[in-house]
Amino acid sequence: MATTNSGDRPQNRIVQWIDYRLPVFTFLNHELRDYPTPRNLSYLWNFGSLAGIVLVMMIVTGIFLAMNYTPNEALAFESVERIMRDVNYGWLIRYVHMNGASMFFIVVYIHIFRGLYYGSYKAPREILWMLGVVILLLMMATAFMGYVLPWGQMSFWGATVITNLFSAIPIVGPKIVTWLWGGFSVGNPTLNRFFSLHYLLPFVIVGVVVLHLVALHQHGSNNPLGIDKKGKQDSIPFHPYYTIKDSLGLAVFLLPYAFLVFFYPNFFGEPDNYIPANPLATPAEIVPEWYFLPFYAILRSTPDLLFIPSKLAGVLLMFGSIAVLFVLPWLDTSPVRSGRFRPVFKWFYVSLIIDAFLLGYVGKHKPDATLFGIALPTIGWLGTLWYFGYFLVILPLLGFFEKPLKLPNSISEAVLKKGTGVAPGAA
Amino acid sequence: MADIANVHGGVPHPEGETRRDFLVLAGTALGAVAAAAAVWPLISSMNPAADTLAAGGPVDVDLSKLAPGQQIVVMWRGAPIFVVNRTPEALALLQKADLVEKLRDPDSQVHQQPPYADNWHRSADPQFAVLVGICTHLGCVPNFLPKPNPTSPSADWPGGYFCPCHGSKYDLAGRVYKGVPAPYNLPVPPYNFTSKTTLRIGENPTGVAFELSSVQQM
Repeated sequence: MATTNSGDRPQNRIVQWIDYRLPVFTFLNHELRDYPTPRNLSYLWNFGSLAGIVLVMMIVTGIFLAMNYTPNEALAFESVERIMRDVNYGWLIRYVHMNGASMFFIVVYIHIFRGLYYGSYKAPREILWMLGVVILLLMMATAFMGYVLPWGQMSFWGATVITNLFSAIPIVGPKIVTWLWGGFSVGNPTLNRFFSLHYLLPFVIVGVVVLHLVALHQHGSNNPLGIDKKGKQDSIPFHPYYTIKDSLGLAVFLLPYAFLVFFYPNFFGEPDNYIPANPLATPAEIVPEWYFLPFYAILRSTPDLLFIPSKLAGVLLMFGSIAVLFVLPWLDTSPVRSGRFRPVFKWFYVSLIIDAFLLGYVGKHKPDATLFGIALPTIGWLGTLWYFGYFLVILPLLGFFEKPLKLPNSISEAVLKKGTGVAPGAA
Repeated sequence: MADIANVHGGVPHPEGETRRDFLVLAGTALGAVAAAAAVWPLISSMNPAADTLAAGGPVDVDLSKLAPGQQIVVMWRGAPIFVVNRTPEALALLQKADLVEKLRDPDSQVHQQPPYADNWHRSADPQFAVLVGICTHLGCVPNFLPKPNPTSPSADWPGGYFCPCHGSKYDLAGRVYKGVPAPYNLPVPPYNFTSKTTLRIGENPTGVAFELSSVQQM
């Protein structure tokens, strides 16, 4: 096997014959093997491919779950229990799927925060970033509807609360909610359509992921230095360097995942969801899945804003917290991509991470609780302001006031300088 | 590019094999094992679940209400099971030479029944026929037409089963006629009599091992 760019010509005669008519092999060779990748990618760059793998795992386990699931309000809960007790390895497939949702969000959130730190959203990768935000939105919708399917208490009341958000919209709100439900409350029609859409959306996600990859391969990956590749010496072929690195990352990722599935399968779950849905009794405390907690905090903590009632304001800000990501490439005015060379940005970035955890804490606990003696809604509102302040005030201003550090001349130069005399290129 | 030229190398063995070749081979083999282990539960989940298997357990039938000449149909493992109380006339007919010569397999040579039904009446007790009511042609349910009829469903109909789909004919022991599309006699499920009037479908008499899935064709 050749080790460097072997050209586009495959060796095997049959492969040649097919490739001449349908250039899949040339394509794969080009995009997965020779594909020039910055030589300095850290392990933070593993999370894109990890997310893709988790997506495939979710689709595969989901298809097998659907073979035994019944989307009917009288039968759904029972059919899930049957999967857990009677279907061969049903417990395993369901726990892999259930915890897969949490693992998927962990991976994707790390992927997003990596992009935020290294400026991966900046030119020429704006569309790449925006497609990623679309994927996040689709994931949230898919996860929410999937959580409704077991038809436990949390499923039912989660669906009730989230769909009721739309009633905050003036004039048409209540009509939209009835339309979403297909009835006068969350019921059988709601469950049916959620199942249909929960099956559909992952394939839509696959479609957007393909676009995400097309956009990625147009200009290649960003890198920890945030500077462009200047020549061959700055990149290495994707295979075998990053295939093996991604494989190792996958193996390491699967360890905690398997640990959850086999030892603490309900760690992220709510016990109330093992009680069948009861439209007459709301659980004492309704908490969304952990990956929605910061957004839930924004929703609950927003007060009346001028003439907008707090209910509507909360909904607007919650959706706005995602919408602001769409325009992020134009909010960040600094020409420097990587946070490594932005001494002030760095600290604001850390504050954003703390803010996200703080909002998560507020979302998890009852609104009448306190933290450091301050009422949680107050903390939630301050956290919300800080979140929007980061994107709408700090990032636009930092570009003008911050003095970035000197950027290295090239990736290879920086990599070689970092080595301690045994740099890989010196061999 | 000296740094990447060595990637498949390592120090070559005299015979051209390297330590890396071994690692690639071992890694690929382990990967294949892992993939098989991951696929196994998925494939296995498509097999009958525990509750489905439990629902396939034996079914008891009360024979005290079954009048001579009458048939009842019982569901067992999703299949119709014919239970017939045969009259002495019907039993006499089964042994008549001019019927027997019209049959494809009158002596039940083909394995379509448990050993205790391996006889001319194809049952443990001559009086009661217990048959899987699925035509061995393409899986339709044959009609029970026990009375002789000169014209319908065919000329000189002596009484038996007639499949409405493609005209296959069986006698009242489920033996298939010659010259019809169905190739084999109707299968006989495992069963025993727990009392004089109770038939248990799905369980062999003690000491006999017979699985319905072992027959030539369902």
